Amino acid sequence: MTEPREQVKRENARLTARLALMALGSFAFGFALVPLYDVLCAVTGFGDQKSLARASEAAPQAADESRTVTVEFVADLPNVGSWEFRPVLTSMQVHPGKLYETRFVAKNLTGHDTVAQAVPSIAPGSVAGYFHKTECFCFTPQKFSQGEERVLPVRFIVDRALPKHLDRITLAYTFYDQSIRVGQR
Amino acid sequence: MTRTMQKSAAALIGCAFALLAAPAHAASGWALLNMPEGVTELSKKIYDLHMMIFWWCVAIGIFVFGWMIWAIVAFRKSKGAVANTAMVHSTKAEIIWTLIPVGILVAMSVPSARVLIDIEDARNTELTVRVTAYQWKWQYQYLGTDVGYYSTLAHESNTARQLQSGIDPQTVPNYLLDVDHPLVVPAGTKVRLLITAQDVIHAWWVPDFGMKKDAIPGLINEMWIKVDTDKTGRYRGQCAELCGRDHGFMPIVVDVLSKGDFEAWLATQQATVKQAAAPATAAPSIS
Amino acid sequence: MATHAQAAAHDDHDHKPHGWRRWVFSTNHKDIGTMYLVFACTMFFVGGTMALVIRAELFQPGLQFVDPQFFNSMTAMHALVMIFGAIMPAWVGLANWMIPMQIGAPDMALPRLNNLSFWILPFAFTLLLGTLFVPGGAPAGGWTMYPPLALQGGDSFPMMIFAIHLMGASSILGAINVVVTIMNMRAPGMNLLKMPLFVWTWLITAYLLVAVMPVLAGAVTMLLTDHFFGTSFFAASGGGDPVMFQHIFWFFGHPEVYIMILPAFGVVSEIIPTFSRKPLFGYESMVYATAAIGFLSFIVWAHHMFTVGMPLAGQLFFMLATMLISVPTGVKIFNWCATMTRGSLSFEPPMLFALAFLFLFTIGGFSGLMLAIVPADFQYQDSYFVVAHFHYVLVPGSLFAIIGAVYYWLPKWVGRMYDQTLAKWHFWLSAIFVNVLFFPQHFLGLAGMPRRIPDYATQFADWNMVSSIGAFGFGFSQLLLPYIVIKCVKAGSKAADRPWDGAHGLEWELPSPAPFHSWETPPSAAIIARGAEH
Repeated sequence: MTEPREQVKRENARLTARLALMALGSFAFGFALVPLYDVLCAVTGFGDQKSLARASEAAPQAADESRTVTVEFVADLPNVGSWEFRPVLTSMQVHPGKLYETRFVAKNLTGHDTVAQAVPSIAPGSVAGYFHKTECFCFTPQKFSQGEERVLPVRFIVDRALPKHLDRITLAYTFYDQSIRVGQR
Repeated sequence: MTRTMQKSAAALIGCAFALLAAPAHAASGWALLNMPEGVTELSKKIYDLHMMIFWWCVAIGIFVFGWMIWAIVAFRKSKGAVANTAMVHSTKAEIIWTLIPVGILVAMSVPSARVLIDIEDARNTELTVRVTAYQWKWQYQYLGTDVGYYSTLAHESNTARQLQSGIDPQTVPNYLLDVDHPLVVPAGTKVRLLITAQDVIHAWWVPDFGMKKDAIPGLINEMWIKVDTDKTGRYRGQCAELCGRDHGFMPIVVDVLSKGDFEAWLATQQATVKQAAAPATAAPSIS
Repeated sequence: MATHAQAAAHDDHDHKPHGWRRWVFSTNHKDIGTMYLVFACTMFFVGGTMALVIRAELFQPGLQFVDPQFFNSMTAMHALVMIFGAIMPAWVGLANWMIPMQIGAPDMALPRLNNLSFWILPFAFTLLLGTLFVPGGAPAGGWTMYPPLALQGGDSFPMMIFAIHLMGASSILGAINVVVTIMNMRAPGMNLLKMPLFVWTWLITAYLLVAVMPVLAGAVTMLLTDHFFGTSFFAASGGGDPVMFQHIFWFFGHPEVYIMILPAFGVVSEIIPTFSRKPLFGYESMVYATAAIGFLSFIVWAHHMFTVGMPLAGQLFFMLATMLISVPTGVKIFNWCATMTRGSLSFEPPMLFALAFLFLFTIGGFSGLMLAIVPADFQYQDSYFVVAHFHYVLVPGSLFAIIGAVYYWLPKWVGRMYDQTLAKWHFWLSAIFVNVLFFPQHFLGLAGMPRRIPDYATQFADWNMVSSIGAFGFGFSQLLLPYIVIKCVKAGSKAADRPWDGAHGLEWELPSPAPFHSWETPPSAAIIARGAEH
């Protein structure tokens, strides 16, 4: 009688170990969802908003003069008062394929030297894959001395493949002073 | 035609409920039981979709509940029912009650997809308003103008809603659904709302406009509304995503004006801003 | 494991330690099952009290009793306590009691792990309920813990995260034990397709648990590091994305919903055939439908968050996948109806609860189907309509199935019959009040009342009052359950080995009360054949 019992014990241990491994795998999968999320967004056309914070390799294409798209620029500040941040132009009419430049102005009113970073966002979200930025102040943190005002350029191309049902894109920047974090008031 | 039939049937059921359970407000019974039809192009489509699914559910419910009740009544042991223990399986039946639901789902999903495509069609908007949520108020900014302001819970409601304030909410007009500065939009115009938040996630919801959209810090969301030209008036809603202590106290009020009235209103606002203007910082001004 | 071998090696049947040692060091599936059930019942009343605080505040417009922050704590804690403290432990308790008995095993496969997985729970909930007494109060960001709001929590925040880690560990250990028991401990001749549906649904549930509880652990760990260690998984200011938390959370959260309901399908599939005196209709398709629901639960998560702004293709995909779930669910409902058809029905308390499950879970299914329709969901989302929906599937769904299971198997557990008249009172009061409580919430949601608000506009007053009356009626009716159980244990009349004449299954082949070690010698092929007449 002992032998089959020993065998059951061994089998139990083996299956337990396998299930524990599966649980560990799931735990790791939870973290793997973080990079996977961006990949999935890009692949499925969800629009990988994080790609907006990276320089695009896209080169200007032949401009599609027959089509005009309105691009709006919006600036957001999480703590009103200690910064000034605005687009120089609130909107532009652009032709897909062509390279454009626009500027934002930021001024540090915090009363001390600081570092700030702009986080881009685009509406509608699915446009992210069609909006290429060759230069943007949001790619790296920006140093600002006390009271400093700077003009920050953005160069972008709207892809010719932009779906036809879109005629308006909004590019928004939220300017985060590194001394604050969202959610901690 | 089917819609009026649906409506009268639904109203009948609704009245029955209202009479049974809410005698005090029997007159407004239907509004308390169902989704509002709303005042925009999209809200009516959404309402129709909602009613279509509802009637499908009623039809399926009549069948399923009918079957249950029939089985419960007809096969009672106390009435001498004898079990047919051989009846354990029928491939034919199983295929039927797999395929028919699939067919019904297709019938539901086609119109749903169509409405969804309409909702996503944000072309040719004529006015953009930025909606920014804070704990616990809303900010509205008219893009391309200097007009912008905060919208917070009206003073009267705010006094009455304090813990054990002693004020009967029934005596406060539009208790918890009134603000100091409502959002103003023109009727008959496709208005685009750019929605974001500064601290935590909120959601902008006016039931009469048929939709809500989350306001997420660091992300910008868009949604559009086009209120029927003849539906000028005042519409109310609330924040719909838990956003902390005063989540229940950041209502939304929208004044829908005729196009002409709206232009006049905007011009007045512009003038006020210019008058008050300190040396021009074009940062979104806040009244 | 050694304990199991020792325990099984003992020849004297009811050799068990006495006093507190019997419980604290228990490795017996029945004792641990009992502890799980008692714990679940306790937490059910704790969570129920929180629900009554909520409904008392919502009885009338205006704030009469609690501060909004405390109200938010109540909604968050009510959900956490009910989900992780009441429903899930109750299912694990039932699994502990019934699975060895139903598959012809002496005990669970891993008895010491079993002890550990139970005893983690009291600590987890001491920690969670302890947050009510720390500065800043209990978690108030909802049980969904969406950042950035959840990150605003005070001292309660790390306590909640740690409590969730503990609950998750407990569930995973419990689930591993269930899988190993079912896969390795079945009596010879009890092949998979002879297992009762309760065992089948639990097997699939256990796999879901092992797959998704660790994902929740990962998500809350990321919250913790975002709060304390400067990472920014979910903080937009550091290049993170608050919406990503919702994706990860609901990747756990939707299977979690089925973790709570699949065992209920199993219980109903046991009770309805017994009281219809007829085998379950379409046994195999029931198994496949359960597996299909388990699979689909992994690809529908984003339907909880249609309003975050998803592209069209995503909305369409999640809408269609969600609607698809109604097909296997429908198969189940139809099979139960077919089981009753041409049966010989009697209406003892377990059957009454199973029938209420059938009716009211179907209503929850209808509102679920409505919620799947994305454009309409833009209206329903985060309104009381959603509150009504998930309470219809969880209260007359999971909870009624749990109560039905207790009334079904209680005579087997204690060897005594309970007061069936009183149990029928319990049923009718529950069934009526649960509808008074939750049905009006559909109307409130459609009329525009958001969920999780402590105070509301005056046009919502009537239905809120009705709903609160239902809540108090329902809550106090539940006190009958422990009363009936205690009365049965103390003074019930002797129950037969097979107290329900239509009951099949190995558990009914054991004497009542069931012996301390269930099947010390595996059941014979003839007994298995008799038991497997599903």
